[in-house]
Amino acid sequence: MPLSAYLIVAALVFCISIAGIFLNRKNVIVLLMCVELQLLAVNINFVAFSHFLGDLAGQIFVFFILTVAAAESAIGLAILVVLFRNRGTINVEDLDTMKG
Amino acid sequence: MTLEAIVFLTLSAILLGSALAVIVLRNPVHAALSLVLSFFATGGLWLLLEAEFLALTLVLVYVGAVMVLFLFVVMMLDINIAELRAGFASHLPLGLLVATGMVLALLSMVGGEAFGPLAFPEPPPAPADAANTRDLGRLLFTRYVYPFQIAAVILLVAIVAAIALTMRPSRQTRAVKPEWQVTIRREDRVRLVKGLTEENR
Amino acid sequence: MTPVPAVSDVVNTASVSHLIIVFAPLLAAILAGLFQEALGRRGAHRVTIGAVGLSCLLSLKVFWDVVVLGGPVVDATVYTWAQLPGLAIEVGFLIDPLTATMMVVVTFVSLMVHIYTIGYMEEDPGYQRFFAYISLFTFSMLMLVMANNLMQLFFGWEAVGLVSYLLIGFWFRKPSAIHANLKAFLVNRVGDFGFLLGIAGVLMYTGSLHYAEIFARAGELTAIEVAPFGVPVTVATLVCICLFIGAMGKSAQVPLHVWLPDSMEGPTPISALIHAATMVTAGIFMVARLSPLFELSETALSFILVIGATTTLFMGLLGVVQHDIKRVVAYSTLSQLGYMTVALGASAYGAAIFHLVTHAFFKALLFLAAGSVIIGLHHEQDMRRMGGLWRVMPITWATSVVGTLALVGFPGFAGFYSKDAIIEAVNASPLWGSDYAAFAVLASVFVTSLYSFRLLFLVFHGQSRVDHHTLEHAHESPAVVTWPLVLLAIPSVVAGAVLAEPMLFGGYFGAALHVADGREPLHELAHHWHGWFSFLLHGFTTAPFWLMVGGAALAWFLFLARPKLPGRIAAGLRPVDRLLNEKYGFDRFNEAVLARGTHAMGTGLWGVGDVFVIDGMLVNGSARVVSLVASVVRHVQSGFLYHYAFAMIIGLLLLLVVFGRVTTPF
Repeated sequence: MPLSAYLIVAALVFCISIAGIFLNRKNVIVLLMCVELQLLAVNINFVAFSHFLGDLAGQIFVFFILTVAAAESAIGLAILVVLFRNRGTINVEDLDTMKG
Repeated sequence: MTLEAIVFLTLSAILLGSALAVIVLRNPVHAALSLVLSFFATGGLWLLLEAEFLALTLVLVYVGAVMVLFLFVVMMLDINIAELRAGFASHLPLGLLVATGMVLALLSMVGGEAFGPLAFPEPPPAPADAANTRDLGRLLFTRYVYPFQIAAVILLVAIVAAIALTMRPSRQTRAVKPEWQVTIRREDRVRLVKGLTEENR
Repeated sequence: MTPVPAVSDVVNTASVSHLIIVFAPLLAAILAGLFQEALGRRGAHRVTIGAVGLSCLLSLKVFWDVVVLGGPVVDATVYTWAQLPGLAIEVGFLIDPLTATMMVVVTFVSLMVHIYTIGYMEEDPGYQRFFAYISLFTFSMLMLVMANNLMQLFFGWEAVGLVSYLLIGFWFRKPSAIHANLKAFLVNRVGDFGFLLGIAGVLMYTGSLHYAEIFARAGELTAIEVAPFGVPVTVATLVCICLFIGAMGKSAQVPLHVWLPDSMEGPTPISALIHAATMVTAGIFMVARLSPLFELSETALSFILVIGATTTLFMGLLGVVQHDIKRVVAYSTLSQLGYMTVALGASAYGAAIFHLVTHAFFKALLFLAAGSVIIGLHHEQDMRRMGGLWRVMPITWATSVVGTLALVGFPGFAGFYSKDAIIEAVNASPLWGSDYAAFAVLASVFVTSLYSFRLLFLVFHGQSRVDHHTLEHAHESPAVVTWPLVLLAIPSVVAGAVLAEPMLFGGYFGAALHVADGREPLHELAHHWHGWFSFLLHGFTTAPFWLMVGGAALAWFLFLARPKLPGRIAAGLRPVDRLLNEKYGFDRFNEAVLARGTHAMGTGLWGVGDVFVIDGMLVNGSARVVSLVASVVRHVQSGFLYHYAFAMIIGLLLLLVVFGRVTTPF
């Protein structure tokens, strides 16, 4: 399959996740999942380019992105847990204490 | 249609379908499980791209660890789904507009001949004794050894941060807080009372 | 053409005695001022009188060395205060006959005033402060006259101005005194502005502030032409007029004279020392000191001549209508300063300094005598409540008569020689305006005589108008007051005869004063000079003498023989009387036009510039713009997480649309 096929799939995944952010704007958990999907789309691009250019550096990058994404979801979920414990909700619309 | 194309199209369809399911499903548990499915499909795509190590890592680490964490949190928290779903469609037009715009913009860039087979011809298949893991490892421990170390530190920090955020001190402990000890004042401990004694009776 | 003293005549080191002369009064002032309680009243006057007496003795020694023995001129730099590229600001002394004369006058009159003050200020709570001030004044004045550069002259100039300000407002609880000292300070600022411009001009065109260097290059100033306000003049003219404006402020020439009559709010010893004998003559001294510069510009000399002539006549006339004894003497001072200025304008610098010296003695005498009368009558200053005091205060009366005769120029007395020399010099002057000046000085003789004898008659003679209670307690002043009167009366008589020949014709001043060739105004007089005694005898036959006698006779007629007449004349000539009592409207003009105009301008600038532009537009305006922008933009910051996420996503989309165009496949 040509490179563009992979890129189109990745772009579509990316756009689906963006639509997801708009749809699930209140639910922090799904928002986090959408972020994971976006990272996945990016990773597909990296791997595809790595393959078609014959350069392993792209895969190394994916490796690091996975690391950071794991850290991010760990902390994000921890925050979520603390948030729920303190406020009893994860509704984004209730989290407006910093509104100017 | 070659076998590769069939596999690719199947996996892509699964990936896109499960991604759509992630964003539209009402139940977060179902959404998380859809995400797991999309990770599996992606892993398959990566195998087609001869990235065996990353494909396995994605399944093992992401599905095995991160997604389990997601499910764990989703199930642990008592979430009022109805409230979160309220107004689900209210931003749908805007979301569709932006998403469509972005699809068009991205497709106009990556969909054309610029990334087609002429510009990027299919590389020759890897030889039978090719070892993707070994090659990655060689790169990672030589050229990218410092980023590798930093990634390790980032994971450590993430672990510490997650624990620090969520840990609640046990209420049963009898340990004395040092900061209380040093800020204590005499008035808090001793109360002088003028009482009746033999002398001033 | 420039007078550079021969090198052999100049000594370049100052002796210790010069330093003592200057700094002993300063030290005494510091002691008396800062250690008032420790020294006590007696200690304060002992310290200051001792220091000024020492200064006076050493000044006499210097005078003896430089003038009588004809010793070398001292031009020494003592201390370099600041070093700039191409300019050294130094403290230095120039001791030539002119300086030595001034030093003796200053320290002698100052010493007399110090002694007199013991009696005059006896009951005043500010006794020590007063002594500190007058010693400080002596120091400042000595710095002024002994300077060898313009910067130090300016220092002394401002320092005497400061002390004058402090002393006019000595009784600082009296509103009129505060008003007067502020007025003196402000009017002097106007003059000082011109003076500073003059100094700057000298520095700019000669590159030096040092007298000797300035004079050496003075000739170049006539070669350069400038055109301020479109009037083409030589630099020499411009610089000299600027410098003279400074002299007009300090020496109270029209129209910057308005502060001097008001300065009489100060204690009388101050009026004698600062506002009659010494400080106000600083301007005269300065012009004489810079005579090589002034000689370069006939325009400037004419200007000086006209200003001086106007001052001498019209200020004298004001003295005739004043009722306050000190104010009469003050206007007389203005008139006499006008005489000196006229002499400067006529290039008769010797005559000007001569008159300065004699005037210092007899005017200090007259002031101190007036002060003696004032304390004798318990601080009564109005001449309408005096009269017939000659019996009560014989010494004061006798010395006043001496002072008056000296002032009006009765032949033989000090003022006679100096004043006649000035009249002769003006008659001989070929400059533009000298005819007017000649008329003014001659008419002024009559006026001087009129107001001087009026004062004498109203205070000491005729019917006593003192109220009974005061008259019972009226008494002759104590010895500390009368002794200075006597000591000042002596030079008021003899100084003229002794100094006339050397100062006017002899080589008294050496190279200190410079007169351009072919413009020696005293030349004519020198031909007829056959010694002071024959000049005295000749004095009885001249027009000024008869004018003086006429003035005295008129005064006798109006104020002794027919005391009712002056009031009737005043009623008959109401406009003239009004004009004189309004002092020609200078004060009114200053207040109505200058003060109020400045105030209005300030208010306008404040309203437009400060309130509207700076406060309204710049300060509040910028704040308002920020707050306006912020009030719109703050709606973007809703606090909702997804709004920020949307903003990022839409931004990303825009980035893709605008920049995301692939033209070549890598």
